Amino acid sequence: MGNKKSSSGGISIGARIKGMSDTNLLLVITIIVFFVMYIGAMIFQGGSFLKPQAFLNILNQQAALIIVSCGLSLVMITGGIDISVGGVVALVSMSCAVYLDYLGGNIVVSILIALAIGLAFGLVQGYLVAYLEIQPFIVTLAGMFFARGMTTIVHTNPFNVANEKFVKLKDTRITIPFLGSKNVKGIYIPAYIEIGVIVALIIVILFFCLLRWTKLGRGFYAVGGNQYSALMLGINVKRTKFISHLLSGILAGIGGFVYFMHIGSGSPSHATGMEMDAIASSIIGGTMLTGGVGNIIGTFFGVLSLSTIQNIVALAGLDEPWWIGITRAAMLCLFLVVQSIIIANKNKD
Amino acid sequence: MQKNTSKSSVANVFSGIFRNQLFIPIAALLLLALFNFIMDPSFFAISFGHNNAGNPVLSGRLITILDNGSELAILAIGMTLVTAASGGQDISVGAAIAIAGSVILRVLCGGQVSPEHLQAPIIVGFLAACIVAMLFGAFNGVLVAYFKIQPMVATLILYTAGRSIASWINNSQLPIVNEPKFGYFGGLIPGIPIPTPFLIAVLCMIVIALVLKFTNLGLYTQAVGINESSSKLNGLNPKFIKLLSFIILGLCVAVAALIKVSRVSTINYSVVAKDIEMDAILAVALGGNALSGGKFSMPASIIGAYVIQFLTTTLYKFNVRADALPAYKAAVIILLVVLSAPVVRDKLSSLGKKLKSGTRVKEVG
Amino acid sequence: MQNVDFTLCEGEIHALMGENGAGKSTLIKVLTGVYEKDEGEIFLKGMDKAAVIRSPQDAQKLGISTVYQEITLCPNLSVAENMYIARGKGAGQNWKKMNADADKILKSLDIPAKATQQLSSCSIAIQQMVAIARAVDMDCKVLILDEPTSSLDEQEVQKLFGLMRDLKKRGVGIIFVTHFLDQVYEVSDKITVLRDGKLVGEYEIETLPRVKLVAKMLGKELNDMEEIRDDSLVYKEKDADEIVFEAKGLQSNAGIKPFDFYIKKGEVNGFTGLLGSGRSECVRAIFGADRVLHGEVKKNGKKIKISKPIDAMKNGIAYLPEDRKIDGIIGDLSVRENIILALQVLKGFFRPFTKAQAYKFADEYIKLLEIKTASADTPIKSLSGGNQQKVILARWLLMNPEYLILDEPTRGIDIGTKIEIQKLVLKLASEGMSVTFISSETDEMLRTCSRLVVMRDRKVVGELSGEDLTQNKIMSTIAGGDR
Repeated sequence: MGNKKSSSGGISIGARIKGMSDTNLLLVITIIVFFVMYIGAMIFQGGSFLKPQAFLNILNQQAALIIVSCGLSLVMITGGIDISVGGVVALVSMSCAVYLDYLGGNIVVSILIALAIGLAFGLVQGYLVAYLEIQPFIVTLAGMFFARGMTTIVHTNPFNVANEKFVKLKDTRITIPFLGSKNVKGIYIPAYIEIGVIVALIIVILFFCLLRWTKLGRGFYAVGGNQYSALMLGINVKRTKFISHLLSGILAGIGGFVYFMHIGSGSPSHATGMEMDAIASSIIGGTMLTGGVGNIIGTFFGVLSLSTIQNIVALAGLDEPWWIGITRAAMLCLFLVVQSIIIANKNKD
Repeated sequence: MQKNTSKSSVANVFSGIFRNQLFIPIAALLLLALFNFIMDPSFFAISFGHNNAGNPVLSGRLITILDNGSELAILAIGMTLVTAASGGQDISVGAAIAIAGSVILRVLCGGQVSPEHLQAPIIVGFLAACIVAMLFGAFNGVLVAYFKIQPMVATLILYTAGRSIASWINNSQLPIVNEPKFGYFGGLIPGIPIPTPFLIAVLCMIVIALVLKFTNLGLYTQAVGINESSSKLNGLNPKFIKLLSFIILGLCVAVAALIKVSRVSTINYSVVAKDIEMDAILAVALGGNALSGGKFSMPASIIGAYVIQFLTTTLYKFNVRADALPAYKAAVIILLVVLSAPVVRDKLSSLGKKLKSGTRVKEVG
Repeated sequence: MQNVDFTLCEGEIHALMGENGAGKSTLIKVLTGVYEKDEGEIFLKGMDKAAVIRSPQDAQKLGISTVYQEITLCPNLSVAENMYIARGKGAGQNWKKMNADADKILKSLDIPAKATQQLSSCSIAIQQMVAIARAVDMDCKVLILDEPTSSLDEQEVQKLFGLMRDLKKRGVGIIFVTHFLDQVYEVSDKITVLRDGKLVGEYEIETLPRVKLVAKMLGKELNDMEEIRDDSLVYKEKDADEIVFEAKGLQSNAGIKPFDFYIKKGEVNGFTGLLGSGRSECVRAIFGADRVLHGEVKKNGKKIKISKPIDAMKNGIAYLPEDRKIDGIIGDLSVRENIILALQVLKGFFRPFTKAQAYKFADEYIKLLEIKTASADTPIKSLSGGNQQKVILARWLLMNPEYLILDEPTRGIDIGTKIEIQKLVLKLASEGMSVTFISSETDEMLRTCSRLVVMRDRKVVGELSGEDLTQNKIMSTIAGGDR
């Protein structure tokens, strides 16, 4: 693909790579790796990978992670970090579960609760990071502890939500025409996605546009690239940082509700390690923790890559529990090293 | 500035104390102690008795703090060096403890689930754990120093894989050590009433104090952490020093792992040393060390570690459930970092100045 | 800084002069809202009230734009974005229009960069030009240039001056801060001098000859400028003197052509050439600071191998780097630790100096070089530029090197310290040390060096000594005019 382009344009691949911004270069790598991996899995493992539903299932399962990762990418592009997101997701799903099941509340209010929790975390963390200038790692670490602790204070034990309206919402499936397949008995099973996927896709598009086509979005990149310069250029650095944490908090709230809609229960152990998954997805998607480099579309593919590799490992018959952890780490390691080498080589010239 | 030295010498002494790096951790420790003293003076009671095996033993909440805080204090040593040299933190220490602990059990049990006798001397198991932990430390170090990946991200790899690797080492089994001597490291040595983990922690502190005194580790680490390029032109090898700090942390991990597995004589891969990396990083931060690297104070970090343990024990005493503990911890942490934030401190001190000048005017009037 | 009055008229170029720590930067940062002022007011034309400037945004809105010495642009953004970010109305980002506008300005200013290029892929000089382009395009009433020329070569400086004159015609008031006296007299209309945070005075350029300007800046009448060159101290080449250091065909990965070089005992020589001509890269290659690709190096006639700084240090070579902040000081460490560092590294990991020894060394050099510091325990970053440089110098002198390389030791420091350093160099050489001295200011080189290696485009193009050592000859060799 790259060859054709370059020969027709008369520019060598090397020159193209050099001319690309760091953000675009890493994005291209991520997308290529994802497609190579997925197509490879279709060819060599076949089976369920050939069904469109396999792909849609990844989306169904990871919708919440996609949303949360978007927020995290935003903070990382601004040069910060937010490790409270997993805790917030757990707190949101537990709170909504308790509200719907024990207090018999309605769904609209539960969505507002989710948003409010996310907003509260975003506001407080954003204020501490941006205006009191405390290191984001410490602030959001405390945020994570707080959210996890609060989750068990809200309710200790895991339980399934039986609220009728909620269950109906949870089981709502949007069928997609033509992508279904026949099962062993020859009955046609339509392909479907859950509501959460729609939410996730809207957020991906929304935040992509925000980062690309608004001044606020470019401000995130500027602050991440060089905070002092951004200040001198006339950007309100504190406000920019504040907004990034605020948005990340809100997205964690939304992600929490989507997670809750998918899983339909509340538990203190929900979304354990989700912050690390989100960071890993962002990195695989080409966001750099040093700030200033990253892309939401990349993050989207980062999440997909991460769960695809998991599916590949599971299908390859490596079903001992440790394989998933090890392969994911190996993948993260690979991406980090490749990124580091590419950026180093690029800067040399 | 130099003009008003005599006038405000008292104020200088106070601001000196206030600026000292040990101020925050010690003040926090005293505050916690005071709080406990007011709530329940018996908190500080230490009693001497004999345990079931007839060995002499000291007991009391203070002893519990010193005992349980050992692993954290040991890790804080390594974490301080890593923070100073690399300007980042190692978030994989919990996972690395699982690996090192797993290695000890693999060697001592020789692959059996519950052998009657040790399959190898304890020291061999420990040394094997040291080597493995240092290798994993070196892995992190190479990624950070030679591939220039941010420490938190680089160690995220081992954080993700560590517990899986630990479980793979023992083929997902949970070996049990039946040799009572193995329990000494995490419990009591007959005849010595002080918990062994605390003794090990003190030993580690002495070693690091000697190392800092008789080598240039401190100067080199700080120089590299503050200005890498400049250090290089002064003949230092910044990459190697970063790598070294990660290897030292690996050693700390191995010691902590020995204590951890000795306490229960077995291991639970997904639970052992859970979230200890967060506590270790907090210890460093509580000690007033910049998490962005550079200058550090080792005593401040170690006191920071015990402050965290003190807080944990205090919360337990108030019947806070273990799983709700983080919420309270978080509240205290936020309070501490907000108070020690430079912005807040500036505001407070300017407020103090205003009050002072206000009183002075009154005196004159 | 206290009680400074400053007036800038429409259409004038007003030089702001003063030594380091005189308060120039503070004044500028107050004007641009980086620092908050405690007292006093700022008035702008067409406003009957004092202007409120609390942040760089406020300053920008009032038509004050600034180009700083250090590049304050974001390396990860494109050239066009750097020119237009945080400007204009609306929340949207119109890439097409922005890129087109940027290309137009870049073209009109002859800046060889593309609007869509990532800034980090441009050279430092071009980055500085982009910063200037941004400031110029902002339709400002007041333009502040804080040492904008330090990373530009002669041609680029001329281009900048042309631009300044152009803006002046359009009625823009320009505040120009620089350390180069020549440049002040070339473009300025007025000069305001600050010293120790206080106003010394405001002068028309015709009424203030150079000597007087220097005197005002230093606060004393001074003939030192002429006095430095004491002929009895200057090295006279004798055939008998042994060659201390010699390099043949040395080349590093920093892009310089292979070069030959030697220095004799007690000699002071130098590399000269325009910025970016490879002066620093040559000495860095000698010291092993960049990766040496090939070449043969001899010390006192014996072949040695230098692949990293520690090798050079072990052979008695010391190197004071060009960029003090990035390569010199270790900001948070104390003056004492900064002084002993090099010798300590040389002594070894397992043999630290005792505190008493370290204090002895530090106090000795603080006294010897008259370093102004509260104590040996003060963090070096809180010292002024000149004193920081003295600390770094002390670090290398403590090593007692046979061969000392000083790369721009006088850059960005006040005139008083500049003279002290030049005198020190001559004194050290008379005691038998070999010194390589690099400076952007040719007259400094002429005063101290007995032999100059001239560089152009990363290549050694000539060597001047004896009677050839004149300003004209150097210029013509650099320009390549005599071929």
